[in-house]
Amino acid sequence: MDKMHYLFAAYMAIWILLALYLFSIHSRERKLREEIERLKNILDKAE
Amino acid sequence: MSGKAQYRLDILLGILLFAGMSFALYMALIGAPTERTMGDLQRIFYFHVPAAITGLAAFATNFVSSLVFLLRKNRRWDALALASAELGILFFCMVLVTGPIWAKPVWFVWWTWSPRLTASFILCLLYVAYMLIRKSYEDPERKASVSAVFGVIAFVDAPLVWFSIRWWRDIHPSPMLETGGLDPSMRPAFYACLGAFLILFLYLLRRRFCLETMRNKVDGLLLRLDEMR
Repeated sequence: MDKMHYLFAAYMAIWILLALYLFSIHSRERKLREEIERLKNILDKAE
Repeated sequence: MSGKAQYRLDILLGILLFAGMSFALYMALIGAPTERTMGDLQRIFYFHVPAAITGLAAFATNFVSSLVFLLRKNRRWDALALASAELGILFFCMVLVTGPIWAKPVWFVWWTWSPRLTASFILCLLYVAYMLIRKSYEDPERKASVSAVFGVIAFVDAPLVWFSIRWWRDIHPSPMLETGGLDPSMRPAFYACLGAFLILFLYLLRRRFCLETMRNKVDGLLLRLDEMR
């Protein structure tokens, strides 16, 4: 493998890891927001 | 902090991160001079080393937050400890992936069990264990206390990572910043990348901390619902 390929691979690996982590945070945020809304609705109805 | 102030802080951090990362990428790939022996391959160093320093800063944040949690028993410190441990793992994953990619053409092996590499690998595993410990407890108070104690103990490995290349003979490059081994023309690129990684850490830490606050809110709502039934 050419040296430039290693350089490309290293930088790509960093961006892929970062993108995966950001995606994971975003999807967890979305799920929690939905859960909060659902629980608030149940509580409002119950009160 | 009010919702509007939080939104402004998010925007400010986002702009800083975009500008900092763009500048860091430019400096690392174009602005910095090409190294004489390794050529362009050396440019991996500009992201590899800042990722390692930021990872250690994340684990240090976990250590301090765990200690403060044990003293004050405030759940916000536990949330900060969890957020920083997760980010430390992320940054050390970057280090453990980019290191072998650099090592293969230079050392002709992907991996070797040298003191620095071994200590870094163990440090990452310790914090993976920290996350697993958190998953194994149901009771939030017990979970926070046990993981805080583990976080304090796990941090013992971090100075080993930092000092291993000073204390033992190692194939890993020697500490260039303190010994003046890094050429002055390469320093602006290095500090630009380090700055960008620290902003990235703050940005992610804030988002991950907010996520944990939301999770605590869900726990609170579930508790209220249980009390009503």
